[in-house]
Amino acid sequence: MSQKTALYDKHLYHGGKIVDFAGWDMPINYGSQIEEHHQVRRDAGMFDVSHMTVLDLKGNGVIPFLQYLLANDVARLKQAGKALYSCMLNEKGGVIDDLIVYYMQDDWFRMVVNAATRDKDITWIQQQAEKFNIDINERDDLAMIAVQGPRAREKALQALPIDVSQAAADLDRFFGADSGEWFVGRTGYTGEDGFEIMLPESEAAEFWDALIEAGISPCGLGARDTLRLEAGMNLYGTDMDESTSPLISGLGWTIAWQPAERNFIGREAVEAEKEKGPEQKLVGLVLDDKGVLRGHQKVIVEGVGEGEVTSGTFSPTLKQAIAMARVPAATAEQCKVEIRGKLLSARVIKPVFVRDGQSCIE
Amino acid sequence: MSEIPNDMYYTRTHEWVRLEDDGTVTVGISDHAQELLGDIVFVELPEVDSEYAAEDACCVVESVKAASDIYMPITGEVVDTNQALVEEPDLINSSPYDDGWIFKIRPADDEDIGQLMDASTYEAEIADE
Repeated sequence: MSQKTALYDKHLYHGGKIVDFAGWDMPINYGSQIEEHHQVRRDAGMFDVSHMTVLDLKGNGVIPFLQYLLANDVARLKQAGKALYSCMLNEKGGVIDDLIVYYMQDDWFRMVVNAATRDKDITWIQQQAEKFNIDINERDDLAMIAVQGPRAREKALQALPIDVSQAAADLDRFFGADSGEWFVGRTGYTGEDGFEIMLPESEAAEFWDALIEAGISPCGLGARDTLRLEAGMNLYGTDMDESTSPLISGLGWTIAWQPAERNFIGREAVEAEKEKGPEQKLVGLVLDDKGVLRGHQKVIVEGVGEGEVTSGTFSPTLKQAIAMARVPAATAEQCKVEIRGKLLSARVIKPVFVRDGQSCIE
Repeated sequence: MSEIPNDMYYTRTHEWVRLEDDGTVTVGISDHAQELLGDIVFVELPEVDSEYAAEDACCVVESVKAASDIYMPITGEVVDTNQALVEEPDLINSSPYDDGWIFKIRPADDEDIGQLMDASTYEAEIADE
């Protein structure tokens, strides 16, 4: 039985092509995925991301709890509204999920986790929370709309209710602010500036229309994927999962090693791996030949070993194939990718291809 | 509604086939197929002079979403390929029946084309999907 967001009728109205995404009926595109991609890079687009799971964690034990639960350290959040990206690890250092947590108040943090991992995340978090004094409340009463692109904030501010708009106007990057039941974070998953807006489901359809009125076009989850890959942002379940640590997933930077006495789940395992030196790394690939990189293609690094593409696509901005790939740690600047029996040449780079509309590759 | 011209034949795997005056046969994918695939970003054309049996996978069309095989509609030898698709694969989206043709073959048997679906049969076929 598939679930529908509060904006489902809007997707149909705008000609959205509906597909199943983690048990949700979601629009993959509204016509052309490439045009929607360019719309976000060049102007402003919006995505219904209401399928994502929002959890409010409240209680006076919430800070010590999150310091134990997450590999990144919420003590880094000094100001209310600030967001932190983190992995949630298992004891072996594998990634249960990646998430964003917002510091709302000293006794209230809001966490956004993936839709596909909702059930296992909630079970895990509840298990770990037993020793802490906190309440966990799933906010399935909220819809979420991501507005992204160089002109997204300016346009969205016109469409937001006046009190929310005032709260959102001066947000720095990676900060959020609430007003009543609305919450606006200056965050995203596209490599462009913009907002992620949470609001009561009952107001979602009307607000969607207001965003259209302000000149923001609907974009599907297809464009969201090509945008995030160009931006070098990992996708859970594809670029990392419970069998891979952050260190071999390009996410070592999200582990807060200091203070050394902070005991977080998975610490021992990732420390041991770091000590030994990780055997693999996550890199970016740019295909010099014509073709399209796709997940699971074999990567061959001469004299070093083999790896695998974790996610690949045709980059609409760069007009060539790009990918993230997990390869042996000793991989240098070149590799081959096997596509339908042929070995094609690819360059190995840091996995950031496009940021703020600009190419990051030579 | 997708366009289904009357002057061609169609396969269950959504190729269209047009008999030319010189006895060769031009092959592409239907308007319906290009709609399903979405934006096409790469075409791996078959080799000229290669021979395939009917229903063999002979080339690949890749959209932003996925790679899809194109199947030989009837047994024959590839005599030409549409080189314009190398630089502009999205011609298949914008003009599936004309500029977006993919390859031409010389059929092993001229009678084979008659075994394929006509436009009205194909229309009924995709209506059932």
